[in-house]
Formats: sequence, C-alpha cells, structure tokens
Amino acid sequence: MNWKRKDLLGLQNLSAEEIKLILDTAVPMKEILGRAIKKVPALRGRTVVTLFYEPSTRTRTSFELAAKYLSADSVNISTATSSVVKGETLKDTARTLAAMGADVVILRHPMAGAPNLLARTIRAAVINAGDGAHEHPTQALLDMFTVREKKGELAGLNVAIIGDVLHSRVARSNIWGFTKMGARVRICGPATMIPPEIEATGVQVCTRIEEALDGADVVMMLRIQLERQQQGLFPSIREYARLFGLNRERLALARPGALVMHPGPMNRGVEISPEVADGINSVINEQVTNGVAVRMALLYLLGGGGIPDA
Amino acid sequence: MKHKAQILDKEGIRRALTRIAHEIIERNKGTDGLALIGIHRRGVPLAERLAAKIREIEGSTVPVGTLDITLYRDDLTTLAQQPLVHRTEVPFPVSDKKIVLVDDVIYTGRTIRSALDAIMDLGRPQVIQLAVLVDRGHRELPIRADYVGKNVPTSRREVVAVRLQETDGDERVLILEKD
Repeated sequence: MNWKRKDLLGLQNLSAEEIKLILDTAVPMKEILGRAIKKVPALRGRTVVTLFYEPSTRTRTSFELAAKYLSADSVNISTATSSVVKGETLKDTARTLAAMGADVVILRHPMAGAPNLLARTIRAAVINAGDGAHEHPTQALLDMFTVREKKGELAGLNVAIIGDVLHSRVARSNIWGFTKMGARVRICGPATMIPPEIEATGVQVCTRIEEALDGADVVMMLRIQLERQQQGLFPSIREYARLFGLNRERLALARPGALVMHPGPMNRGVEISPEVADGINSVINEQVTNGVAVRMALLYLLGGGGIPDA
Repeated sequence: MKHKAQILDKEGIRRALTRIAHEIIERNKGTDGLALIGIHRRGVPLAERLAAKIREIEGSTVPVGTLDITLYRDDLTTLAQQPLVHRTEVPFPVSDKKIVLVDDVIYTGRTIRSALDAIMDLGRPQVIQLAVLVDRGHRELPIRADYVGKNVPTSRREVVAVRLQETDGDERVLILEKD
C-alpha cells in the first residue's frame, strides 16, 4: 500500500495497514543506524522543524537525529527561547515557520488536539510528538516496532500496560495501536488513574498487578508522574511501589522471555526496580534506538513525496 | 502493453550469465577480494546466480550483498507517492573490495548512479564494476556496464521486461510496447 496522509496526528484514526507500512519502512531505516556512515540523501533539501511547547530530551533529539540521518535540514524551537514568551499564538508561530519553508513540523504541546489545529492551518506535514494526555503516536509505533522485532508478530500477544493510564498519552496511543494490530491489551493501575469507560477501547482492566502480569508477553510500565502526586491520586509513593511496582518476583508471573518496556524517563525503585530495568528481559535501551528508526520512517513517508494541499 | 519480441529465453539467460561469470573471473584474475552486490529487486537473484556460477568455475565462494537504492533516488521529492523501502544487506565490509554491482537492465544510468552513492556510504571499495543482463541504451549519465548479457537497441516507447524464476515464476526477457 502507499502512504496517502499529509500528517501523523495519532494512531486512533490509522488503519492496521498504515501502521504496518510505517513499521515495515522502519526496518531498512534501522539498518542505516547500524552503518559506520549513518546518512542517506533521501530528504536532501527538505526542512524539518521541531516545535516543543513542553520539555523533552529523547523525543526531540530522536526526531532531530532522524532528520539529519535522512539529510534533511533540521531546526529546533523550544518555547522558552522563542516568540511564544511574547504571547505569539501557536497558529502564528506555525505560519511563520511555514513561510520560512518548513516541510515538516513536529509539535509537542500540552493541549490535546493542538497538532490537529496546526495540521489544518499549514501546508507542511505535521507530526504529533505528544499532545496533552491525548496521544503520543511515535512512542507507540516504536514500542510496536520493538515488540514485533523481538516477538515476530503483534497479533495474539498479551500486552500489560501498568501505571498512570489516565494521564498517559503513551498508554492511549499504545492501546489504539496494539489492539488494531490484533494484540490483547490489559491495563492496570490505581483506580484513580484508570480512565472511565476505557473498556470501550477493547482493553481489559485489571485492579491487581498480578492479574495483569499473568501470562503477559509484554509488560509496559508507565512513568508515575511525580509532579501529579500533589493531586493525591494515590496515598504515597511507597505504597504505589508496593502495589504497582514491577520487581523480579512479579515479573516471574509473566510468560518466560516477556519483554519489559518503559517509555522513560524512569523512576527507578518506584514503578520499576533497578534489577528489572537493567535485567535480561528489559528492552528499554532498544526502544530508544528503535525510536530513531521509526521516526526516520515517518519523516520519509511524510516528508519525501508530493504533499497535497491542506 | 503490447508484446513485441522475446530477446532471451531460459537458455539464453543461463548462457549470458555463464559468460559474464567467466568474464568477471578473468578480468579480476580470480576471486580474491571479489564481492557481488545485487540491486533490489531483480539484481539480487542475478547476483546470487553469478556467485553460484563463479563457485562452480573457480571453487571459491564470493560474498553476495543486496542493495536498495530507494533512499538515494534523485527524483524522490518529485514523486507523488513514496516508493517502498526495501532492506539493504551487505554483510561484509566493502572497503578495499572489488565490487561487482549487478542489475537486470541498464537504461538511463540513474539507478546505477544512486547505487554508486549507496555503496560509497558503506565504505571505499578498491573498484566497482557493473554487470547487467540487458543494456537497452538511452543513457542520461556517463555510465557504462563492464559486463553485458545482451545489448538491445530499443525505443523509449518500449519496455524491457526481465522475468526471473525467483521473482516472477517465469524465465525470459521480453520487449513490450506501451499502448
């Protein structure tokens, strides 16, 4: 199949075929990452802008490297050093970037839906690099790529997503993505952190971590957002670690060879014990490498061909 | 598309490849430092067949790699749809090797130019030679093949269709004409 979309805004509206095309395109991109000279001329003369309204190390750097490896010119804009502090609106900032010739704009924004607004405003391709608690499609794609690489296929796998699902855009995108690809997804966390009516997305909700881990092929731990601790969604970090933290004993409930994943940054000793984070089941570092390959695939698909008018 | 002529049959392809294999060995004075790289898609089985013939003749194994040149195309940004990217697998260092690049048809020369760029990104070979099953003319770049199965003068309206057992379940080379 061919890629026909101008933007990548989320996984909720992508078909299984489109997801497969992205994952398949990431395979040859990963080969490039293993070369001594990590550079191909595919996007020569194209300009990629990362526009981040929230702090990020890995996502922004990953996109920047992906653009550079494909020979695109890349520019990073963080709001602290841009006219956003003078009160410029998102639309105006984006129009300015587009007028300067940006072909792809990668947006991270604290408000859900901001990338959709941007995609309707400018001709350039827009990639959602995380919008509020809504979606983080590239993280989910790199997670799916990592699982497919290790397990061969996604269909039929049991995937457990554990932690603060309510505030997690990573969880939301992964739920859409994995269920579309035929995996069975279970979620687990404190009741205050499970979105209401989440079962409608086709996931199974578990209240005890042991239940979620039983027979899991993939265990995806979410970062407990300590900054949200003030809201009192759980009594204490110690209690959270005791009830929902992943340690070696609990991991033994999952299938042998189950993959341990984490989108990072990790709170070691809270949601995940250091021995599991660094253990043989952990693919956390490979997730980071695969993130570059998946983002190269997306930049290639969105940024290389003729982009239709918005 | 209209069928115009068959220029090679199964036996013809086999003989052409046998001759090319002999020429490769002769020109490179054996197989020391030799490696074959097939250009995706039909260059890949042709490279494998040439390696098998070289093994029959010389008794030595020549490494074979595959190259996808999609990311090196010079027309990528003018295409409406992105072509699928296939895997490049060159499981040996190309530096200081004598590389024989293998493709089914040479036409404008742009694919070969892209392939040369792609190989240079993997290392610095001692020499790169080019083997093709069919040379149909109409070059747009100063590139020529070192080993040619068959030279076929064609018009630009015509299409040279190479069909191989491995990729098409058939084994012949045809000239077709666009309607």
